[in-house]
This record gives sequence, C-alpha cells and structure tokens, in this order.
Amino acid sequence: MILAYALTFMFICIALAFALNLWRLFTAPTVTDRIVTLDTMTINAIALVVLYGIRAESGLYLEAAVLLALTGFVGTVAYCKYLLRGSIIE
Amino acid sequence: MSPLLQTALELIVAAGLVGGGFFALVGSWGLIRLPRPMQRLHAPTKATTIGVGAALLASSIGDLPFGGPLSMQEWLITLFLLLTAPVSALFLAKTLILRGEADPNIPETGTGQPWATLADERKDP
Amino acid sequence: MLKRLYPHPYLSLTLVALWFLLVNDWKLGSLVMAVILATILPLVTSAWWPDRPRIRHPLRLASYTALVFWDIIVANFQVAYVILFVPRDKIRSCWITVPLDLDSPEAISLLAGTITMTPGTLSSDMSACGRALLIHALNAPHPDTVRDQIKSRYEARLKRIFE
Repeated sequence: MILAYALTFMFICIALAFALNLWRLFTAPTVTDRIVTLDTMTINAIALVVLYGIRAESGLYLEAAVLLALTGFVGTVAYCKYLLRGSIIE
Repeated sequence: MSPLLQTALELIVAAGLVGGGFFALVGSWGLIRLPRPMQRLHAPTKATTIGVGAALLASSIGDLPFGGPLSMQEWLITLFLLLTAPVSALFLAKTLILRGEADPNIPETGTGQPWATLADERKDP
Repeated sequence: MLKRLYPHPYLSLTLVALWFLLVNDWKLGSLVMAVILATILPLVTSAWWPDRPRIRHPLRLASYTALVFWDIIVANFQVAYVILFVPRDKIRSCWITVPLDLDSPEAISLLAGTITMTPGTLSSDMSACGRALLIHALNAPHPDTVRDQIKSRYEARLKRIFE
C-alpha cells in the first residue's frame, strides 16, 4: 500500500524534473548548458525506466536501463570531445 | 518472513523511492536556479546520481517483502553511474574552461606549468 | 606463466564480478563465460595499460570505499541545501588549486573521482605536468579548509593504499 503511494510520488517527481529539464533545454544560454541538461535527462530517463520496471514487476526493463546508462555516458563524452577538439575520433 | 521485518523492508523501499524522487527533482531544479555555468555542473553530478541510486536500491530490494529474490543488476547500474559521473563532469568542466564560459579568475597551478586544457599543445583530450 | 596469462589480476576479478551482476543469475554457464571474458579482455587491452597498478592494502581500499560512499550521501544533503535554501547571490563559489603528492595515474584518477562525488567540490582540470588539480567548490567561504580536508581525508589515505 505504502509502496504504491511512494512509487506514484517518485513518478510525479521525475515527470516534474523532466519538465524542468525541457524548459532548461529551450532556454539554455550556451551549448555546454544543453549538454549538461541532456546528461541530466538521460539519468532521469534511467530512473523512469527503472520505476516502470518496478510497477510492471518485471526485470526486463533493467536491460534497457543498462543500455541507456552506457549510451548516455558515451554521448556526453562525445559531445564534449567534439567541442574540445573539433572531432570525436582522432 | 515475519510481518515486522516485512513492514520494515517496505518502509526502507518507500523511503528510497521518496528520497530518490526528491533528489532527482532538486538536481533538475538546481540546473535552472544556479546562476553561473560552473555551479550548474554540481547539480547533475551529485543530486541526480543519488536520486537514481536510491531508485535502483529500492528496485533491488523491492521484491524481498513479497518473498522474491534479491536482484543484483541494479548494483551494476549504480556502480556504472558512480564511475561515469565524475568523468562526464570533468569533460564538461574542461569544455567550459576552454570555451571561456567558466568563472574567469582561475588560479595559477603553482608548478610553473599551465592547466592542461589551456596549454598550447594538448596531448590528452 | 600465470602472470603472462593474467596481466591484471584485479581487472580479471572485477570482470567476473561484473559479468555476474549483468547476468543476474547464479549458473555454472555464467561462470564459464565470465572466466573466458576475464582471460581475453585483459590480454587484448593490455597494450593500452602496460603497468600493473600496485595496491598495497586491498582491505584499506575497501574501508576507503565505505568512507567515500558515506561522504557521497552527506554531500548530497549539502548540495540540496545549497540549491534549495541559499540565496543566489550568497553562494560563494571559488576555484581551489590542490598540489598533488600522488604519483600513480590510478591513484590520481581515483582522487579526482572522489573529489567530484563528495561535498560541494568538482575536479575540473589538471596541470600540464600532472602535479596539481584544479577544483571548483560550490559554496566554500574558506577555500583553504577545503583544500586541507581533501589532502588529509582522501589523499593521505590513497597514498597509504597505493604507495
């Protein structure tokens, strides 16, 4: 019972966080800020996938969370490297 | 499993979920509220990571009160996030420094050499 | 022979543990696959990691990990407090230079990661010679205290573990 309420609470929190991130993505003053925001959005997406896995009572969604964590990290580093060096793979 | 232990476990899972949601929200709010670019880097590296960590902990032990197994895959994701958050933060900080968007009053290294990002010939990316 | 086959024994052990975490199941087949991966991956990647890091005290490394985990939790409450309650113009951010006593690259990257995850600090850059770290503090009225704390709390422990 208490678990269902806590789960709903966290769903609402993550949804609000996504809304704030989207707002930030549109109003960000610099490119670097957009990368930070995208990084945060990836982490929030991982949380959302894991939460959905808890609600669906299935372990399958964790695989998706692992993949999101991997690609999100590589994506952030690739963006930064592009800004730092002008190319990603040297 | 005794009912008392079951209730205690459920409470721990619920606390993880509530705390995780709170910290994830605070991290995203910090991105908007903090005024300077370097300060905004602090929010996602710390608050958001612990938010996801708490959710993953809840997911890991979430089946225990109902007689399910302890799931270990969540620990892999938590470990991975804890290892990668400093690396992406370092890359973002280097980008800010190189593009001149960080706070300008960067101190000297104290070793006679410049900072690696600002050196003329950068060997490491 | 064993040294040639397993150039990084700690890496091999970590790979076995990671594979079990990924598979999420305790079967004999998973162990076979984990051992195959733990043999092949360090051999293939050893060209990029020629030196073997020396860990003098594995037990101390475990206690260091526990300390860092605790500090991460404390750090999050501090950062959340700054984000939520400190007025925007009263947040006293500053740069801090930390001269390094550590030599091995593994110890320095561990220290940089620790600094990023713990109270209100973020390692941002390194000097070209590798003897100093640039750190950004979110809210530090006394920068010298932060530097002393990093040196005594984390760097001294890492120096005892690695050197």
